[in-house]
Amino acid sequence: MPELLQFLLSGITVGAVYALVALGFTIIYNASDVVNFAQGEFVMLGGMITFFAHAAGLPLPLAALIAIIATAAIGVALNKLAIEPARGAPVVSLIIITIGASIFIRGATQLIFDKQLHRFPAFSGDQPILIGGATILPQSLWVIAGALAIFFCLWLFFTRTLIGRAVLATANNRIAAQLVGINTNYVMTLSFAMSAAIGALAGVLVTPITLTGYDVGLALALKGFAAAMLGGMGNPKGALVGGLLLGVLEAMTAGYISSQYKDAAAFVVILAVLFAMPQGLFGRKSTDRV
Amino acid sequence: MKFALTTTALALVLGIAAPAFADIRIGATLSETGPAAFLGDPEAKTLKMLVEEINAAGGVNGEKIELIVYDDGGDPNKARTFATRLVEDDEVVAVIGGTTTGTSMAIIPVFEDAEVPFISLAGAIEIIDPVKPYTFKTPHTDRMACAKIFEDMKKTGITKIGVISGSDGFGASMRKQCLEIIGEYGIEVLADETYGPTDADMTPQLTNIKGKEGIQAVLNPGFGQGPAIVTRNYAQLAVGLPLYQSHGVASDGFIELAGAEAAEGVRLPGTALLVAEILPENDPQRKVVTAYKEAYEKATGKPVSTFGGYAHDALRILVDAIVRAGSAEPSDIRDAIEATKGFVGTTGTVTMTAEDHLGLDLSAFRMLEIEKGGWKIVE
Repeated sequence: MPELLQFLLSGITVGAVYALVALGFTIIYNASDVVNFAQGEFVMLGGMITFFAHAAGLPLPLAALIAIIATAAIGVALNKLAIEPARGAPVVSLIIITIGASIFIRGATQLIFDKQLHRFPAFSGDQPILIGGATILPQSLWVIAGALAIFFCLWLFFTRTLIGRAVLATANNRIAAQLVGINTNYVMTLSFAMSAAIGALAGVLVTPITLTGYDVGLALALKGFAAAMLGGMGNPKGALVGGLLLGVLEAMTAGYISSQYKDAAAFVVILAVLFAMPQGLFGRKSTDRV
Repeated sequence: MKFALTTTALALVLGIAAPAFADIRIGATLSETGPAAFLGDPEAKTLKMLVEEINAAGGVNGEKIELIVYDDGGDPNKARTFATRLVEDDEVVAVIGGTTTGTSMAIIPVFEDAEVPFISLAGAIEIIDPVKPYTFKTPHTDRMACAKIFEDMKKTGITKIGVISGSDGFGASMRKQCLEIIGEYGIEVLADETYGPTDADMTPQLTNIKGKEGIQAVLNPGFGQGPAIVTRNYAQLAVGLPLYQSHGVASDGFIELAGAEAAEGVRLPGTALLVAEILPENDPQRKVVTAYKEAYEKATGKPVSTFGGYAHDALRILVDAIVRAGSAEPSDIRDAIEATKGFVGTTGTVTMTAEDHLGLDLSAFRMLEIEKGGWKIVE
């Protein structure tokens, strides 16, 4: 029985990492229908900037704050310099722009920082916590708590605040949103800043577990994207559940079947779910008026 | 055939044109950027630094070296283009490079056809096995690392092990080579697990290994972040058996990534360069590795790496061969490289023969153990 528990705890740890990345996708997607493939780079920047600020002698919380603010600024710059000038372009073009941005950020990071892997200390030490014969690291609890907190904030934001509803309205119909007095440019800028900040926060939380380096963003973005698709793109609840489900699936396959088929098994399940429910587990049904 | 003819013609032209520029032209195609940048970057820096040093000291046989370096970004197609350019346009007398096995294998035919000596900096045994007349290499092979690890296990009476390897190129290839020779040491593999190169948690695989009866030690062939995470998870689960890592992570960076506490007691085969300071006074490699380490760290401000050491050895072997040959003709250089004997480099003592274009034996590796965040030689 301790094995099952250990697999489960491992799955939740990894799943919470996926969920954190998946949550970052939701805001930009909700504001513009664009899947931001530079999201993994935001996560990477959060980890890298924190590491270098910390290595320069700043205390960890301050270094993390600087990383989050700097990454949010980079998110705004991405919107202002690359997305806004291409406003009239179809969504597919915008998605390709974000892929270009991710390659650019990766290249710039390896020039400005370096090409090595890095890690900074876990927030509450490395002493594992024993639960019924299985173990979990305190940092995993931080990641899980972070994912839950961001989920809760996003849920409040989209359902209880005027600006959150403005974001949803912008996605729904940009012209109609403008007609009722929503500043859609401001909404886009805000959504990029928030997505980048959430990505950076994810990077700060997961780096003690996953380590960071200029090229970790791509793998994280792919798994986060898969989690978001599984749960339903644009829905914070979907991102959270999708991430955890994907993580637990991988851990159970690695534990009980074979570690060789870990990724394959997870993706087979995702495909099966998407066949039955093309919108993901919690995705909104898209209805077009003809 | 036509290509061979053109290149022979070219070689003739080169022979006539050579006196026009007195410099000895040495080419290199390295992966300074791209996924293998952390290998190619120190290699390129090392070559540039050493060539400057040699030229400042009067050059080779009274002639200056002209180094031509191209960055192939780890792409075999680009490497092949640069290799052709080095041979046909730059008319170099020898080439160092091929940071990765992929780029090296892609460019070997170019140099074999043009009959230009080529020293590869990549790990795979396929580069020099079977032996090709103009191809050499400096890094030891993965199989040698496996042999070194198994020797150490045998010495401590370990006969049943668990293996957890990365599914990336390095991990998969080393796992295969280890399993090929493991029978010779009477060691049995009871559990064989893998993980993806970007995975964040390996506790399920390690839980399974821990649960198998009779396992006495665990081996982790891998590269990059995987082994650091395995080491951390290993400590988290308190597996309590000896853990062996590979030469792929033999660097100070690994201890930093895994954390000194989790890495305590981990054993791995590493080169003398890694432990320059704690080598015994009478060690033949001590002078070479200390000199290179000091020069590199002074010139670049970055810690020295094993990979830069490969480039160091390649250039030194080449220069040594040119001096002994007393000529800068590619075929003379080739013969002299093959006759390299007792050359002390950063990776080990090199003695090449017509059958062995690597020339290293197991003594090139030191079995190291991590102790209080530092290295200890355990032989």
